[in-house]
Amino acid sequence: MSVDLTMIKNIAHLARIALNEKEAQCMSGELTAILGLVEQLDEVDVTNVEPITSIMPMILRMREDVVTDGSRTEDIVVNAPVVEKGFFLVPKVIE
Amino acid sequence: MNDVTALTIAEARERLRRREITAVELTDIYLAEIDKANAKINAYVSITGDQARHMAAKSDVLLAKGKERPLEGIPLGIKDLFATYDVHTQACSRILDGFRPNYESTVTANLWADGAVLLGKLNMDEFAMGSSNETSFYGPVINPWRRKGSATALVPGGSSGGSAAAVAAHLCAGATATDTGGSIRQPAAFTGTVGIKPTYGRCSRWGVIAFASSLDQAGPIARDVRDCAILLKSMASFDIKDSTSVDLPVPDYEAVLGKSVKGMKIGIPKEYQIDDMPKEIARLWSRGSECLKEAGAQIIDISMPHTKYALAAYYIVAPAEASSNLARYDGVRYGLRVSGKDIIEMYENTRSLGFGHEVKRRILIGTYVLSAGYYNAYYLKAQKVRTLIKRDFDQVFEQGIDAILTPVTPSAAFRIGDESLTQDPVAMYLNDIFTVTVNMAGLPGLSIPAGLSTEGLPLGLQLIGYPFGEEILFQLGHVMEKACGTFSPKKWW
Repeated sequence: MSVDLTMIKNIAHLARIALNEKEAQCMSGELTAILGLVEQLDEVDVTNVEPITSIMPMILRMREDVVTDGSRTEDIVVNAPVVEKGFFLVPKVIE
Repeated sequence: MNDVTALTIAEARERLRRREITAVELTDIYLAEIDKANAKINAYVSITGDQARHMAAKSDVLLAKGKERPLEGIPLGIKDLFATYDVHTQACSRILDGFRPNYESTVTANLWADGAVLLGKLNMDEFAMGSSNETSFYGPVINPWRRKGSATALVPGGSSGGSAAAVAAHLCAGATATDTGGSIRQPAAFTGTVGIKPTYGRCSRWGVIAFASSLDQAGPIARDVRDCAILLKSMASFDIKDSTSVDLPVPDYEAVLGKSVKGMKIGIPKEYQIDDMPKEIARLWSRGSECLKEAGAQIIDISMPHTKYALAAYYIVAPAEASSNLARYDGVRYGLRVSGKDIIEMYENTRSLGFGHEVKRRILIGTYVLSAGYYNAYYLKAQKVRTLIKRDFDQVFEQGIDAILTPVTPSAAFRIGDESLTQDPVAMYLNDIFTVTVNMAGLPGLSIPAGLSTEGLPLGLQLIGYPFGEEILFQLGHVMEKACGTFSPKKWW
């Protein structure tokens, strides 16, 4: 499976990463090589094998539906690049 | 290195309790050593001298009252992946530029509650993605070990390269680390230190910056098996804030050291005997099994047929989970922001400048294998193969095997900037060939130094246990350590 430039650019856009032409070229070769390694899995028969869902056999714990945390706006926005009145600021999304 | 920094945690603990040294003195000696060595080793990305002295002074008060806690006054280094309150926490990435959390990871909170002292944050591969510590935004860590008669700079392994190098160079008494595909065990092997990746769920992942959530696990790197046991006891806990944390009591790992391993069954998996294994690795491995045999253990040949597929499955699962986990770095809530003409361009520019090449590559692989039309062929298939890998281990342990012995790495530490590895991602990924299986199955794995290569570099062996079988690993590791000795680099820094 080879990953061509058009596909790399499409994936990069899906991943929201801007790539220049040189980086895209490089990624195309590297992803092709890695997918080559991954092709080994074609040899494995997985008929009737369930995908792993829990690494240790366990059931997710339930807890009471109560408020355990909150009212920490300051703590939450303290590391943001641009903040106003407790809100994260981003470029205009709706015209 | 000097006499005081050469002390193990167990030895320093004794001296502190006998009041032969104060915690502040011990911390100051370490800080002075870091000050002298860090420009050459690059193990620390942030040194917290004032905070360290403050914590040590509090330890001295408790020591004076005879109310010391298990790690009272022990100076530790913390991998930059752990959130530490108001202290540099960036996973050694530019995208978390300036990030200082106002919360503390559960693992580090456990260490401070037991009296440990924070010396600073340790270098690592960016977002723990790498096997050489060369992907760090802060530059590579230099291995304190050099080849005989050579001054060539070698990698300390990765991703916990700063942790391993700091422990080996005596720039901390012990360190925290994390392991997603070998990131504790491989650097431990490259630096002659001891590291354990505990069972998945043993240490809380809360406050540990996520790479691949179903594989990530925190653990210690230390000078010897006893120190590793001491640190793991403090790091491990049940934590309701991590839904995969396991509610089991934490044993006193130190208590098993010195117990006989007579009659234990050690499995030697034939699938780890890869074709191009260097002779010295093969020799080390058979010496390791000899030494366990001499101690009364039984050596048994075993087979785990799906081993060879673990690396391929790992390079689907880990990037897939990473692409999802790293979606949060978008220039809005924390860290770096690079502007653009609209919000999409802002995201794309921020992530382009903020992430390094290796991280971008893994996000792209992950995005690809999860994208519409490919999910079943890649991710679902890999998760099925993972079931088979886990089943191989289950069957071996059901036969009564107590632990499995394998090499940690296919080679000793390599040169920084080695083009055959930096330009061929698959060659670099092969470093993890003996370690990823353990993460895929969620098992504990202990890496212990077992000898030196012909070039004078440390080589490690790995003991793999059944879920929550850490005590057996420490017990066996202690026996091997007694037979093989401990290893320290010659000081050149």
